[in-house]
Amino acid sequence: MPTTLYDKIWNDHLVDQQNDGTSLLFVDRHLIHEVTSPQAFEGLRNSNRKVRHPNLTLAVVDHNIPTTDRSKGIDDEDSRIQIETLDKNCKEFNIQLFGVHDKRQGIVHIVGPEQGFTQPGTVIVCGDSHTATHGAFGSLAFGIGTSEVEHVLATQTLVQKKAKNFRVNVNGKLAIGVTSKDVVLQIIGKIGTAGGTGYVIEYAGSLISDLSVENRMTICNMTIEGGARAGLIQPDQKIFDYLKDRPMSPKNENWDKALKYWKTLKTDSDAKFDKEINLIAEDIVPMVTWGTSPQDVAPIDGKVPNPKDESDIDRRNSIDRSLKYMGLEPDIALKDIKIDTVFIGSCTNGRIEDLREAAQILKNKKKAAHVHAMVVPGSGLVKEQAEQEGLDKIFINSGFEWREPGCSMCLAMNADKLKPEERCASTSNRNFEGRQGRGGRTHLVSPGMAAAAAIAGSLDDVRKYQN
Amino acid sequence: MQKFNTLKSIPAYLPIVNIDTDMIIPKQFLKTIKRTGLGKNLFFEMRYDENGKEIKDFTLNNEPFKNSKILIAGNNFGCGSSREHAPWALLDFGITCVISSSYADIFYSNCFKNGILPIILREEKIKEISEYSNRKEEISVDLNKQKIVYGNNEIKFDIDPFKKKCLLEGLDDIALSLEKSKQIDFFERRLKEKKPWIFND
Repeated sequence: MPTTLYDKIWNDHLVDQQNDGTSLLFVDRHLIHEVTSPQAFEGLRNSNRKVRHPNLTLAVVDHNIPTTDRSKGIDDEDSRIQIETLDKNCKEFNIQLFGVHDKRQGIVHIVGPEQGFTQPGTVIVCGDSHTATHGAFGSLAFGIGTSEVEHVLATQTLVQKKAKNFRVNVNGKLAIGVTSKDVVLQIIGKIGTAGGTGYVIEYAGSLISDLSVENRMTICNMTIEGGARAGLIQPDQKIFDYLKDRPMSPKNENWDKALKYWKTLKTDSDAKFDKEINLIAEDIVPMVTWGTSPQDVAPIDGKVPNPKDESDIDRRNSIDRSLKYMGLEPDIALKDIKIDTVFIGSCTNGRIEDLREAAQILKNKKKAAHVHAMVVPGSGLVKEQAEQEGLDKIFINSGFEWREPGCSMCLAMNADKLKPEERCASTSNRNFEGRQGRGGRTHLVSPGMAAAAAIAGSLDDVRKYQN
Repeated sequence: MQKFNTLKSIPAYLPIVNIDTDMIIPKQFLKTIKRTGLGKNLFFEMRYDENGKEIKDFTLNNEPFKNSKILIAGNNFGCGSSREHAPWALLDFGITCVISSSYADIFYSNCFKNGILPIILREEKIKEISEYSNRKEEISVDLNKQKIVYGNNEIKFDIDPFKKKCLLEGLDDIALSLEKSKQIDFFERRLKEKKPWIFND
């Protein structure tokens, strides 16, 4: 029977399957961080269990960590305790950790690929919903809860039921100024925030193959915002080139064996999908969210919707609630929305290509005087690379703050947060109520669009600012 | 894990769609290293004002809903972040059953690890049952019989038989999987031959 890439990876990881379909799946790669792991380690200790394969788990601090100078320690006591707890747990259970002062420290979903820990055909899990990012390498990668983190630590497996297959085809070429962030926002707008629930999405089509590895990661990263736990892309030569000689990539004869296997990872041409949609790249324009769900998205030259135009009562109430929270009037032009803050970073858009894209727009330009703007590189290595290219200078000259790596204002667990009613153009992934700080108002955009908003002081069209 | 069998309670109703886990428990409470104590911060931003005072018209701040064990909510409940702090906060508040027309996958799976029963019903049934919240009347849930009884009515719900068994018996997932150690050993031996790069040795 013809099978999809997801079917193949699934079948290849089945340790056991009950008659009702409940399956035990082997986990090749496990990433952990300070926020969703402490209770898992506590569980292991309480039941006197060991970590089955410490070398298949990699730990990194990211969610809670300050992005200002960390040489003098961490002020916030709870954050410090959580970070110290991860350190202690990793020592006790013999797990490799990229700690606060490690140059390789960064956001878990940026570090995994960067180190070559992320590999095609593997099952990768992490106690974080944006684990789907790693699907860009043709792996089955998804977020799990803390009880499941404990389960993986103890057994190197996970109890799962198979999801259905969903293919999103994007064909054609993107216009200048349009990026993979706009593509994924468009997809979420089209399928809705629950459109992918119960599915694993495969992204395919000529546009997807044309995208760089990093741009593919942006798309897979936001799969969860469309409800699907995992999103993946068939691995190709770009992926293999990216992984060659990374610190944790296979070496020597193992590389040859791995490569041979990786090249077999593809959906059969006659495989059936339970659901399929098609998008044309030329139809996609720079996008921006206006509401409090990532599906609340519109083209930058569009308007804020009017709840009165919505026939479904739940949807109407939901738009109404969003607009109240966002402090927006119906029918105003999106480009007329003034912003206070710009945040460039996160596991969605905190990689070197994202920083290059924003810097390209900001070169020799200043941010608007009233805007507070910051760049948080996704990892210490991204930061170093950006500094070698002089991108930090471009940002600083434009009036941006150049920070240390971490999750930062994407979820505002550290000191980087919006004040009530503060409005932010953000390259992150969620515009939920309170996500970037209580009462804070988030507009999700691409890095280029964030740069354009910083210059204009309001949401604006990046296509006007091409250098 | 606490067993789930039957439950009787006046349900609390939150007629909001897409309630995400950031709403259920905001990030500032994720700094804990424990599973307990999150109940007082459940729905924090809807429940308390900037000064930490209870917001009067929020359902869970009022009797009898302060003691509700059942929460009825709009579709796509629990979307967003994978934080298991969301079911922990519900549980700590006293809610052990959620009724909605759909859930996000990760939240749904997290519920079962914590003895919480997430029931899926059709939209029109949700509206019907939510009337019992408005009337402040008890409804009862029977997991074994897979039914909700409200007034003189009852409705059946579907649930995965294995998940049902785990909830009814309060089974520990890890202990169950460790019983399959032989299969895991066997799988790993084959894996080392087939894909030696996975273990990197």
